[in-house]
Amino acid sequence: MRLRRTMMYVPGNNPGLMGSAGIFGADGIILDLEDSVSINEKDAARNLVKHFLLSHDFGKCEVTVRVNHIDTPYGLDDLREIVPCKPDGIRMPKCESAEEIKRIDELISEIEEKNGIEVGSVKLFAILETAKGVFNAYEIATASKRITALVFGAEDYTASMRTNRTKSGEELFYARSQIVLAARVAGVDALDTVFPDINDTEGLIEETKLIKQLGFDGKSVIHPNQIEPIHQVFTPAKEEVEKARRIIKAYKEAMERKSGVVALDGRMIDAPVVARAKRTLFLAGELTEEV
Amino acid sequence: MRNAVGREIPEEIKGYGKTIPFKGVGKHIPSGRKASPPKKATYPTRTSKVVKSLEDVIKAVELKDGMSISFHHHLRNGDRVVLQVVEAIDKLGIKDITLVPTALFPTHRELEKYIRKGTISRIYGNINGPLGRAISKGVMEYPVVFRSHGGRARAIEDGDLHIDVAFIAAPAADHYGNLNGVMGPSSCGSLGYAFTDAMFADQVVAITDNLVDFPLTPISIPQIYVDYVVEVEHLGDPKGIVSGTTRITRDPMRLKIAKNAADLIEASGLLKDGFSFQTGAGGISLAVARFVREKMIEKKIKGSFGLGGITSYFVKMLEDGVFKTLFDVQCFDLEAVRSLLRNNEHVEISASFYANPHNAGCLVNKLDCVILGATEIDPSFNVNVNTEVDGALTHGTGGHSDTAAGSKLTIIVSPLIRGRIPTVVEKVLTVTTPGETIDAFVCEYGVAINPKRQDLLNRAKEAKLPIVSIEELLDKAIKLVGKPEPLRLKDQIIGVIEYRDGTVIDVVYGIEDES
Repeated sequence: MRLRRTMMYVPGNNPGLMGSAGIFGADGIILDLEDSVSINEKDAARNLVKHFLLSHDFGKCEVTVRVNHIDTPYGLDDLREIVPCKPDGIRMPKCESAEEIKRIDELISEIEEKNGIEVGSVKLFAILETAKGVFNAYEIATASKRITALVFGAEDYTASMRTNRTKSGEELFYARSQIVLAARVAGVDALDTVFPDINDTEGLIEETKLIKQLGFDGKSVIHPNQIEPIHQVFTPAKEEVEKARRIIKAYKEAMERKSGVVALDGRMIDAPVVARAKRTLFLAGELTEEV
Repeated sequence: MRNAVGREIPEEIKGYGKTIPFKGVGKHIPSGRKASPPKKATYPTRTSKVVKSLEDVIKAVELKDGMSISFHHHLRNGDRVVLQVVEAIDKLGIKDITLVPTALFPTHRELEKYIRKGTISRIYGNINGPLGRAISKGVMEYPVVFRSHGGRARAIEDGDLHIDVAFIAAPAADHYGNLNGVMGPSSCGSLGYAFTDAMFADQVVAITDNLVDFPLTPISIPQIYVDYVVEVEHLGDPKGIVSGTTRITRDPMRLKIAKNAADLIEASGLLKDGFSFQTGAGGISLAVARFVREKMIEKKIKGSFGLGGITSYFVKMLEDGVFKTLFDVQCFDLEAVRSLLRNNEHVEISASFYANPHNAGCLVNKLDCVILGATEIDPSFNVNVNTEVDGALTHGTGGHSDTAAGSKLTIIVSPLIRGRIPTVVEKVLTVTTPGETIDAFVCEYGVAINPKRQDLLNRAKEAKLPIVSIEELLDKAIKLVGKPEPLRLKDQIIGVIEYRDGTVIDVVYGIEDES
């Protein structure tokens, strides 16, 4: 398990931004070959991203690459060039069905095998950004062992739903709930869409509180200044952490005593409480494994 | 002779004289008495000091070939006083003048013409911009002498730097020579750098574009020092004198650096009641000030004083009660000028009060923390702010080495790489400020702490700051942009970098003229 509170998009054709992407404290970065790169720069960006992956130190960030969809003229070349560089993951746009995921999985396996990379080591982050993709969220999440997270893409989704995006986000409520539910059932992470207004920090914080409450694990970001506010929302308060520590301590002691009953301050503690406490400590950076 | 930072300093430099090599901070102790200006007699029969033109005043002070004249730089890039005076001197056919400005700016590039004509033969003062590049290419026979703000005041008071005539740009003056900088179309605020000149020059000429009825109040420089007053049409271009606004950077990398620096200040333990602080007007520095302000307000910390060049941001901190007092040697914007005029806790100070090490105690000695920039820094933490990557001498020392020496915590903030130019290098080209006075270098990759500050390192570790060693940063810089080829410099010394105590910390060699 790892923290994925923030994953930051970085245009794959901008060496300056890629060079400094690792310093802002994002949990992950996404080197983008898709929407931020114009058609006449696709090959140059692919080359640049390849060399960055091979030579650049991105620090502690989880490094993924958003490729072009495999049904575009660039998608296959993207996979062939990028997978051998062993990024942590591939972020695949416009995922819509289990068959499609299986096809991508096989392609990646072939490339891994050919390049002497352990098959299955490159993860897949599936972006659901159409009505069909959101509808099929569960089958997508379970179509391959590579799937690590379902990622919501709201801009295209609202267009496909014949609506538009608002600040309050009522139009996204069902899709978000569907995605986070599918992710939980499948045992993968659920990552929310970008917040497009980089100057509206308060709006960003509000939206992050909402998606955290829905159960999301994090959010895609488009600017370094969005990282800190999101982390703040996801970071548990001191009192919460303190309480979680005591719950886990009581739980461990009960396990050691082989007692089935866990109690703290004279009150029974049940399994969901322990799970929540573990999650709290994980978000506070005190547990590397979420149980 | 090799000095205490390992630089080879000639025993004597043509146009400078015998050198005292830098011995280490606080190692050079002066003796003897201070310099003093000549006695003067002014009786009630002299009712006005106003002279009608610059040429008339130059005749009145009997300026001759080989004399030295001084200027202050509060009008910065808007200044037209230096050029007006030099033009008048040239018209009168006077040659071989020594210019003693506190600093020159890009607007003064036209002085090159008067250097080539022989009107000006020496410059003892800081130069910012293209004139410095021309001097690096060998336009002057004698080296320029760069001194810090405190070092210049010291040199004048110690008698190392004699001024025959001080020309003081005065945004407001009365006919008997009372002056201030806070009124009129050319308001620049504090006249702090000119105070020492007024007190120690043989003769003092005030130049104003705002002659007011006697008596002018408030008085910054009183009539007892001023021999003549000249009215001109304009002192300069107000747009170049002060900026209307001071902006904090939005650049996420610079904000990250500022955040790291503010966290280090907090970790140092200095951020408590009585905290004193100085930053410059640069984007990162102001962002550090913002983060520090937020921390002080959150923790209800009452600071003691803000120091140095004052910005609207510091004025806000004074007005919010974050700091009790501002000590102001130079105003950076109009808000600072207004505050100086109306707020008794905003105090105008001289360069000597600010930073001269050879008096009974300057203000930098009371400073807790200063945020400074750097063009280059090396693993010994020696800092260069004077020379560019191509070797050109284009930046003044300012208060850099003064505040670094005085402050309990000196933090250098800079990106590790600018464009493709690294800040951390194996050996700085020019030592402006010795590494023994620098406590930390903060960049986007983390916080590098001078090994002599183990106490600070421990505190930073405890606060879980992103600590890196300066050697790691050097490796990283080399990995990212490669190792720069050594510069090819000429044998001619074109600049002398004096440390604040009057010893020579480095010399600057000429560069090839490729144009």
